[in-house]
Amino acid sequence: MLKLLRQSPLSARIGMGIVLLNILTAIFAPIIAPYGETKVVGDVWELFNSQFFFGTDHLGRDLFSRMVFGARNTIALAFATTALSFSFGIVLGFFAATLGGWTDQILSRIIDIIMAFPTLIFALMILSVVGSSVYSLVFTIAVLDSTRVYRLSRAVAMDIEVMEFVEAARLRGEGVWWLMRHEILPNAMPPLVAEFGLRFCFVFLFIAALSFLGLGLQPPAADWGGMVRENAGAITFGIYTPLLPAAAIAFLTVGVNLIVDWFLRVASGLKD
Amino acid sequence: MTKLLEIKDLYIEGWSEERWQTIVNGVSLELNRGEVLGLIGESGAGKSTIGLAAMGYTRNGCRLASGSIKLEGQELFGASSQFLRSIRGTQIAYVAQSAAASFNPAHRVIKQYTEAPVLKGLMSQKEAERKAVEIYERLFLPTPEKIGWRYPHELSGGQLQRAMVAMSMSCQPDIIVFDEPTTALDVTTQIEVLASIKEITEKMNKAALYITHDLAVVAQVSHRIMVLRYGDTVEAGETRELLKEPKEQYTRDLLSVRSLREEKVETEKDKIILEIKDVDATYTGREKVLQDINVNVRRGRTVALVGESGSGKSTLAKVITGLLPAVRGSITFLGQELHPELRKRSKEDLRKLQMIYQMPDTALNPRHRIRTVLGRPLQFYFGMNGKEAEDKIKELLDKIELAPDKYIDRFSTELSGGEKQRVCIARALAAEPELIICDEVTSALDQLVAEGILALLQDLQNELQVSYLFITHDLATVKAISDKIVIMLNGRIVEQGGKQEILTPPHHEYTDKLLASVPEMDPDWLDHLLAERASTFI
Amino acid sequence: MKHVLWLVLKRALASVVTILVISLIIFIGVELLPGDVAETVLGQSATPETVKAFRKELKLDLPPHVRYFTWLKDFVQGDFGNSLANGRPVFGLITWRFANTLFLAATAAAIAVPLAVILGILAALYRNSLFDNAISTTTLSFISFPEFFIAYILIGVFSVQFNVFPSLAAISPRMNFGEKLYTILLPALTLTAIVTAHMMRQTRAAIINVLASAYIEMAELKGIRRLRIIVQHAFPNALSPVINVIAVNLAYLVVGVVIVEVVFVYPGLGQLLVDSVSKRDIPVVQASGLIFAATYVTLNLLADILSMLSNPRLRKTH
Repeated sequence: MLKLLRQSPLSARIGMGIVLLNILTAIFAPIIAPYGETKVVGDVWELFNSQFFFGTDHLGRDLFSRMVFGARNTIALAFATTALSFSFGIVLGFFAATLGGWTDQILSRIIDIIMAFPTLIFALMILSVVGSSVYSLVFTIAVLDSTRVYRLSRAVAMDIEVMEFVEAARLRGEGVWWLMRHEILPNAMPPLVAEFGLRFCFVFLFIAALSFLGLGLQPPAADWGGMVRENAGAITFGIYTPLLPAAAIAFLTVGVNLIVDWFLRVASGLKD
Repeated sequence: MTKLLEIKDLYIEGWSEERWQTIVNGVSLELNRGEVLGLIGESGAGKSTIGLAAMGYTRNGCRLASGSIKLEGQELFGASSQFLRSIRGTQIAYVAQSAAASFNPAHRVIKQYTEAPVLKGLMSQKEAERKAVEIYERLFLPTPEKIGWRYPHELSGGQLQRAMVAMSMSCQPDIIVFDEPTTALDVTTQIEVLASIKEITEKMNKAALYITHDLAVVAQVSHRIMVLRYGDTVEAGETRELLKEPKEQYTRDLLSVRSLREEKVETEKDKIILEIKDVDATYTGREKVLQDINVNVRRGRTVALVGESGSGKSTLAKVITGLLPAVRGSITFLGQELHPELRKRSKEDLRKLQMIYQMPDTALNPRHRIRTVLGRPLQFYFGMNGKEAEDKIKELLDKIELAPDKYIDRFSTELSGGEKQRVCIARALAAEPELIICDEVTSALDQLVAEGILALLQDLQNELQVSYLFITHDLATVKAISDKIVIMLNGRIVEQGGKQEILTPPHHEYTDKLLASVPEMDPDWLDHLLAERASTFI
Repeated sequence: MKHVLWLVLKRALASVVTILVISLIIFIGVELLPGDVAETVLGQSATPETVKAFRKELKLDLPPHVRYFTWLKDFVQGDFGNSLANGRPVFGLITWRFANTLFLAATAAAIAVPLAVILGILAALYRNSLFDNAISTTTLSFISFPEFFIAYILIGVFSVQFNVFPSLAAISPRMNFGEKLYTILLPALTLTAIVTAHMMRQTRAAIINVLASAYIEMAELKGIRRLRIIVQHAFPNALSPVINVIAVNLAYLVVGVVIVEVVFVYPGLGQLLVDSVSKRDIPVVQASGLIFAATYVTLNLLADILSMLSNPRLRKTH
């Protein structure tokens, strides 16, 4: 593992650096941030200065502090959602692949229908009905996103399923859980790990988009998508405040993508 | 006079493990007009790489390192791609192993024939089509005047392979490179393609490089043979001479007739452990893939189940193991009727019936260490753990002739093909079975490795009195190890009986065709066979 | 040809069923509104009269299955009900905006499709070259960027710094075609950037996949020119996957338009949907959601049918 890290190309190292920086910021947010998350400390849309590194927002709150707290809220929310989506997707996908028959048919048809519905529209409609709260947000996105995890893990599991070592275990008399846990899962790890990175990016951008539309985390909590929305008006005055949280979102997704890209290349290279 | 093809001190390198490694190690060969040179070797010998290099071509990740390749005096090494294009197809043509993958699915078969000659201005489209039909006829393709207008996926494997042989002739090249052209085919189909190849090399007097791993096949078509191993030349010589008096031990090993063991004649005293009675099976619910199957296996004996692809022999294994429940009939194992479905069978029944697979690569979980592979059945069936299990695992590794301390903590991916297959055997033995189903266990292995596996299975049977149901398409293997032979065709049993009884005439008509199609080392075998068939059919 | 037709028919039928199920989900979703819909939606201003009028508007006084079929029948006939926010017929609200959305998406597609396909083919042909690496890195970045980030960068550069294009895409029916194009150029470019990135990467992958086939090697060994190999041997086989890539991305485009419309305050269906969601204007949400879904399903259906028809393996001699 260490050897692999040492051989990693520059792009992957940059990616890892970015991700690490974001995680540390999220963890130590209260220590790093000079001001409170919601505290009004200056004038509206002050420019960068020694007191406020990134200036202030539309209410006169310190933008840097809000970005630091925003990292915490935004990343934690996206991570929790992705984790939940993966738990749903993998368990159902593996079940469908190992049990086959009716279980597979019914699950796959339901998933097909959910996937035939554009995710953003579906999410908007659900949130319009149940209202937006942290829980409804996480749950809705996790359920919608798990359909893609389901497709992938089912396909990967199917590929492994037809291999003879799985048949051998089945002939030995092993149960479904052993097959999933010991025969299929270890072999499905590389594509699933890469998919976790990609799904995280997607969920992260998706939550940012919803927040931007005003349906994500509700103010005054700081989150990057919402901050872009709050400060959007500034851009027409030539003030680039809204670009900062938007850039932060782009920065983290680029970082994760760089790692995933490298990982996929390594994983496909090992197969040959 | 210049040689038709002259390769001198050719080194070819391949990119693997982050560096260039030699895969062909200073090979030299020459080829005269009208001559067929057989390149023979096991996997990794570099024979295909040499064949492609003769056309000035290397696959992705390979490069010509040094040496010289002269085609009618013209140097191909380092030649411009424009020049290489001009000789490919017209002076030297290629026939690949898999016709199904090598024909473009988007175009009709005849269009792929006419493409090169028309593009190179050798003949008009009409003329080329006429020529194609002519050669389809010479190569015994059915309805030659129509077959070319079909799409590749509408032809059978043997037909496509012959169409590709025909295609190689489209620009009347001087040399044809045959790269394992019959490896993917059944023996009876192989004969048809071999006959086509003979037609071209002998009657139309073309020179050829014939690449294969099968000495008996190459003996039929080539004038000279060159034996390769790990990118080195082992020896080369006239076909008859080399077969009669091989100089090198490696060649002798390849040639050695597989040890025929004495048939253990079945007697009533030997207990029947598996009795398959009137079994039918189906995948769809309508069409039956197996019908009226009746087979007995006795203790300590080997029953060989023989047939070509689609004969239902592997399906029968699925029925016995319960993966595909029989729709009719019964299977009695050790005196008790087995439930048709795998899930409803007892642990003891599962334990006593084990299976070994064709592909050792996919039969072992690449994420498990040997310790887990062998330890799990011990734990699962006998509740063995810790020291007790470890001792047993080591004992099993000893049995399959792998040093226990060296192998116990390895992953299966760190083993060679033959070693993996040995571990698969050990996994089956760990359950202390009464019957092992061996599904094509040697067909994915190189010849010498395969013989080692067969010998091991033989020793284990003598020691443990385990019975084998041996599924194979390879009649040489059948001759080597079986006590009883069951011949299958289209889901039915054609004929069964003791080995001697089946192998000596009179045979059933199909058995006859099957046995006659297996190439023998005798270089005249194919000629005799074709002459014989011609006389009976006319 | 007969069995291909049958496949197409089966696929089309599945889409119709999908749309029906989606309509049912949308309908049930509204049914599941917690508490009494009327009181929740009307909130503090609920008086017995308004609640009654509201219930009648949503036909809540009838049994669910009757309501569903009436709703569906009305919908098919173009009667989408009335908006709760302003009482106007939803149909009138939606048609103009839907046309605007399609116009924006079509403009973006007209730029993105040729650009993506050409770049994808070039990147595949010159694999691992400087050009390929540069393109790969750029597209990877665009995929990682949120839509609004690209949008605000474009606004910052083109309307704030240079003041050449408007930052608000305030399109109106009185404008002529040229004026309309000028107004929507920035949102169209934003969409183009994102869609091109996805489409180009998938096109590249599809072509590389085809180029690795044994029949391409065979063509090379027959001494055929590189250009002809690409046009005659690779292209017919790459057509099916590439067409699929294009259509799937167009489907994505129609939906991805939502955010871009909000950024540029473009009077499209996406903007309307988002507004109605915050206002909980349920008839409008239902109608625009269903229209989006139907468009998406139709484009995906088109993708599948086209790639089925262009798959050479389904061809028959007779």
